[in-house]
Amino acid sequence: MATQHSRSAARVMMAPAVILLLGWMLIPLTMTLWFSFRRFLPLRGGDLGWIGLENYVRFVTSSSFWPAVQTTLVLVGGVLLITVVLGVLLAMLLDQPMWGQGVVRILIIAPFFVMPTVSALVWKNMFMDPVNGLFAHLWQAFGAEPIVWLSDASLFSIVLIVSWQWLPFATLILLTAIQSLDSEQLEAAEMDGAPPLSRFGFIILPHLSRAITIVILIQTIFLLSIFAEIFVTTGGAFGTRTLTYMIFQRVLESQNVGLGSAGGVYAIILANIVAIFLMRIVGRNLDA
Amino acid sequence: MGRIVLDRVKKNFEQVTVIPPLDLEINDGEFVVFVGPSGCGKSTLLRLIAGLEDVTQGTISIDGNDATDVPPAKRGLAMVFQSYALYPHMSVRKNIAFPLRMAKLDKAEQDKRVEQAADVLNLTDYLDRRPGQLSGGQRQRVAIGRAIVREPAAFLFDEPLSNLDAALRVGMRLEISELHKRLETTMIYVTHDQVEAMTMADKIVVLHAGVIEQVGSPLELYRSPRNKFVAGFIGSPKMNFLAGEEAGKLNADTVGIRPEHIRASASEGDWVGRVGVSEHLGSDTFFHVHVEDWPQPVTVRAGGEVEMYHGDTIYLTPDPERIHRFDAQGLRLG
Amino acid sequence: MARAVSTQQKTINTVLAWAIGLLIFFPILWTILTSFKTEAQAINDPPLFLFFDWTLENYAIVQERSDYMRFLWNSVIIAGGSTIVGIIIAVPAAWSMAFVPSKRTKDILLWMLSTKMLPAVGVLYPINLIFIQLGLLDTRTGLVIIMMLINLPIIVWMLYTYFREIPGEILEAARMDGAGLRDEILYVLTPMAIPGIASTILLNFILAWNEAFWTLNLTAAKAGPLTAFIASYSSPEGLFFAKLSAASTMAIAPILILGWFSQKQLVRGLTFGAVK
Repeated sequence: MATQHSRSAARVMMAPAVILLLGWMLIPLTMTLWFSFRRFLPLRGGDLGWIGLENYVRFVTSSSFWPAVQTTLVLVGGVLLITVVLGVLLAMLLDQPMWGQGVVRILIIAPFFVMPTVSALVWKNMFMDPVNGLFAHLWQAFGAEPIVWLSDASLFSIVLIVSWQWLPFATLILLTAIQSLDSEQLEAAEMDGAPPLSRFGFIILPHLSRAITIVILIQTIFLLSIFAEIFVTTGGAFGTRTLTYMIFQRVLESQNVGLGSAGGVYAIILANIVAIFLMRIVGRNLDA
Repeated sequence: MGRIVLDRVKKNFEQVTVIPPLDLEINDGEFVVFVGPSGCGKSTLLRLIAGLEDVTQGTISIDGNDATDVPPAKRGLAMVFQSYALYPHMSVRKNIAFPLRMAKLDKAEQDKRVEQAADVLNLTDYLDRRPGQLSGGQRQRVAIGRAIVREPAAFLFDEPLSNLDAALRVGMRLEISELHKRLETTMIYVTHDQVEAMTMADKIVVLHAGVIEQVGSPLELYRSPRNKFVAGFIGSPKMNFLAGEEAGKLNADTVGIRPEHIRASASEGDWVGRVGVSEHLGSDTFFHVHVEDWPQPVTVRAGGEVEMYHGDTIYLTPDPERIHRFDAQGLRLG
Repeated sequence: MARAVSTQQKTINTVLAWAIGLLIFFPILWTILTSFKTEAQAINDPPLFLFFDWTLENYAIVQERSDYMRFLWNSVIIAGGSTIVGIIIAVPAAWSMAFVPSKRTKDILLWMLSTKMLPAVGVLYPINLIFIQLGLLDTRTGLVIIMMLINLPIIVWMLYTYFREIPGEILEAARMDGAGLRDEILYVLTPMAIPGIASTILLNFILAWNEAFWTLNLTAAKAGPLTAFIASYSSPEGLFFAKLSAASTMAIAPILILGWFSQKQLVRGLTFGAVK
């Protein structure tokens, strides 16, 4: 359905979106790349010249680098594990016949719509506060010593908060995927004598594998850049400094832009590795 | 007015040539049918005329003006699509008025023309419904209504009846033919159904693999098909083709004879065979006859109530005047 | 599954699902409840569930002390403005890709998606610098631009998947009927795509409303939206649970309601059409 007229019109109409995104991507990226090769301390002398790869070396050899990597991995891995496992179970439960399914769905989805600063603050104060938090009351009711969540179990607490935010996303997508499973397949397997556990292992799980992969990839991209939840709870203290947070601190708190930019380049590379896998799946879907 | 001339028009998709250079003249007021098997380029040709596709080479002129680079909106043609392509969010009235609204006609004139069209097409009672609430035949009429209100130079129909059931199709065929008689506007009609072509056309254009095989009136094509393809495509049931010895007797590579030009008899004839399948329609009887040593059965049309059945011996006599002879390239001889 | 299940099984499912649903929803419910308590009741041990003196004073205090309405208005402007600008830019682009596809369409779509995956922190300083230079720091205009840019890929994608479901013949019919490009998009495509466009608007409004990296880093007192307003409670005012709850409830209530409407589109929007 394409004529020269419509093709050139298409090009013109696509231009604003393409140009804006191109600028949005290229200009800051080039600047980050440029800063990453320079010694640049805006508050302590400004741009002190080209230093080659020194920022890159310093970033990975700093004493806080490996702990930050570890924190990032625990945070991302922990949240993924919790949301995917619980998400599959919840999705299967919600797929069963029940009364008030629509309402339950709404209840479960709700946390996804809570803005990150709100959920972080509500959890931090009203649940995890060692004196007045609900958990403290609960612990005391059982005669246990209340836990100082955000300093003694800080990373676990953040994993908990973030999982609460992302469980709805995983559940919703997996539920959509389960509902597309042909029930005759399951009935056929049942006729073939497969017990419930093998029906789950051989039919439901493989059917969900694509959706699970998508959940993992999309969540990974968002989780790698988790910020507000750390910002308002621990401020990066008590072993909750992720790579993202560390870069943020280098850039804005200690104003070492060169070093932070080198970290930023690492983060971009990391995100792109995940993105490539996601693109493959999405791209394949486009052809279908 | 609606005289459309295609001059050396060629169409490539990417590197593939779907229509090699072709010439075609469509006269004002003619009902022209493009017919051919699917993938023969007939729809592409129609879309080239509509302006929905660019020609790769050549020119298209409408009423003497070069329209090759004119966008579809400005060609003054109207099109009825296979899917009807009605605007689902507009009422029937708004659908029909849309071309007039685009032409910025004043409201009173719009209403007048819509009422007229609705009257002609028996749509008056449905003007305030949405397309989703109409039957297939009614939607078809709305699509036609949308085409006629703008009084185009020519109507383009892209397989308009293929989504209707068989009974409706016959009725709509008549309606479109009557519309043509009344409007006397050029109509170009694309179909893969040779019955539609034969019943409606003033002029049939038979297309095959992007090439025009023959242009002519229905009876011209029936009487003297230019080649084996046209001979086999036009006419129902299909022409029988015989090669080898029988063709050799007539100095041809292949000979063709239509089922209705073979006389069937229970007692005497040139060829003898055995009835395979017999189809008794009441008005006609079709026999698929197996003649010994011939690779394919011969189809024969006999009178209405001929009582011969599977396994019976049958004698066949072709009408010698009606035998078509073709050479090794499939072209007509003589 | 379309098969009869015993009432007993259905009861078990119902009880289990409701229990889990309420557990997951509990933090939100608790926040809403606490917002109607006095500060003393809010930290009462044992916690008070329903039987306390319901009061609206926290809402009044929050508005009075922190000018809540201004933050709310900033949120509305930033989320609404960025979504509207995004739609205006994305509709023509999505039209092009859905109805005049070329060999590069797929690459462009995937590339657009890839810009969405750029970690924000990687370009924090450059954006900060550009904002200072252009005087956009702590302005709503600046935030509208940033939100529009980070959500543009999702808007284009969602519109693209919706547009692809509209048969091209209808647009061709419009062209044959004498409609120019503008008329075609305005009078035929857009009305037909209204449901899709509406859900795109809804989802992107939600995403922009909740965005909490750029809003925290590029705004201060003047243009700060609700995310920043809430973050200001992190200390020491956060210890006033009832007020924190009232502020939080006001920040999430509008979006919770919108979100419940958009749950179906959410899947499609957030998986870029890979799961429908």
